[in-house]
Amino acid sequence: MPLHLEGVGHRYGAVEALAGIDLDIADGETVALIGPSGCGKSTLLGIAGGLLQPTAGRVTVSGEPPAGSLNPFTYVFQDFALLPWRSVADNVGLPLEHRPLSAAERRERIDAALTLTGLTEFAAAYPKQLSGGMRQRVGIARALVVRPAVLLLDEPLSALDAQTRELLMEDLLAIWAKEPCTRVYVTHNLEEAARLADRVVVLSRRPGRIRDVLSIEVPVAERGAPRHAGLLREVHDRLWSMIRDEVVTADREVRDV
Amino acid sequence: MSERRPVPFRGGGFDPKPRRLLPWIVFAVLIAAWQGASSAGWLPALFMPSPATVVRALGELWLNGTLVEHVVASLQRIVPGWIIGTAAGLAIGLAMGIFSAARAAGLPIVSALFPIPKIALLPLLILWFGIGEPSKVATIALGVFFPTAIAAYTACDAVPRNLVRMAQSFGVPARSIVSKILLPGAMPGILAGFRISASVALLLVVAAEMIGAQSGIGAFVLAAGNLMQTDQLLAGVVMLSVLGLLISWALGTIERIVLRWR
Repeated sequence: MPLHLEGVGHRYGAVEALAGIDLDIADGETVALIGPSGCGKSTLLGIAGGLLQPTAGRVTVSGEPPAGSLNPFTYVFQDFALLPWRSVADNVGLPLEHRPLSAAERRERIDAALTLTGLTEFAAAYPKQLSGGMRQRVGIARALVVRPAVLLLDEPLSALDAQTRELLMEDLLAIWAKEPCTRVYVTHNLEEAARLADRVVVLSRRPGRIRDVLSIEVPVAERGAPRHAGLLREVHDRLWSMIRDEVVTADREVRDV
Repeated sequence: MSERRPVPFRGGGFDPKPRRLLPWIVFAVLIAAWQGASSAGWLPALFMPSPATVVRALGELWLNGTLVEHVVASLQRIVPGWIIGTAAGLAIGLAMGIFSAARAAGLPIVSALFPIPKIALLPLLILWFGIGEPSKVATIALGVFFPTAIAAYTACDAVPRNLVRMAQSFGVPARSIVSKILLPGAMPGILAGFRISASVALLLVVAAEMIGAQSGIGAFVLAAGNLMQTDQLLAGVVMLSVLGLLISWALGTIERIVLRWR
């Protein structure tokens, strides 16, 4: 489902976090949002999915959500946001509990999401028994169980170690190939952006504005191939060159506070 | 090449470890010291009877039904008082934790009334409800209400807001967010509040019974003191300790069941 942001801005009291964001995201496209700390990436993601009200502009969608979609705008959270008192299966099933589904349909959706994320044998486990990577898989399974039209990922891998992050990136690509939807991916990690996104939107320091947009022509599914290693390195370096001065300035601003 | 020397170990300590036997050893040593001091005549029996005398008195009072009668009388005040105070405290505390208007209206009043020693209100409650049971039950209920209300609303505050936002992002209705996110998330804090309110209830029942009752552990301890029957007085105190331990064990069991996910 295409997503359109028109003149979106947001203020926290006297602090202007975002200003004048115009962005069209096509159906099935993955757009990564990068920028220095405090530039409003997560705020923009909150606005895109209706968790925050913009103080300027508007967010619209066009087209229809895919068949069977129960919750068009669905988030994957940085800190997983799992309920520690529920098992993996019950966490994944939470978004279905208030939907008019039969017990069999609910079970079927949960099983499918657990299978897709490799969690079937952990269905009865509690979050505290899982590693960080497995917890985030639960968060991803919970997001997929509603068959979202737009998947909003807020630094989903930033709480994980480098090796787990690598594994999960591969898993995300495999999952996206099976469950196509529009995706907005907030990250600090330029490598993640280069590996996972069709387009990378670079935000300036606060108030966040769109500074640059970089399209990556190689299809996402092919980027893991060794022949594209050089391209990914090049994209990474270009993104860093776009963002470096902003990061340095933003870092000094934070220290000056 | 110079001589190799081991790097000295400087870590360790500041790391509490369970010592299962030590508490029992300390307890046994204290009782033995007390008994030894009594047997040696260092402690006057009238003011500080020996542990053996206290245990004997405890056995006799239990067997002749005196202690049972007083314990039952105290429980008949604690149980309804605690239930009423807890129910009201949970209702008000959760309302303050969930609704901004309830918090704005309730918090100043609860904060202002919380520090008042509730036993000071017993004379007023006697005027309102009479010298009988209702005034004592009301004192306990009042004493239990405030810590429960405060525990409930702070427990609601302690539930991470990202869990609420997560549920909202899936379109979970507000009522379900309360029942599936806030209440289970607040349960550890609420149960911790129960421990405090149970000890408050025990304290208040003894105080209320000392002020105006013919039966109950508080009344029994006071009467024993007036008659210089210190063995019976201490037997009553031991009974209170046992009662406190039983309540604590019951709450611990509830916690283990309700919070097994921890």
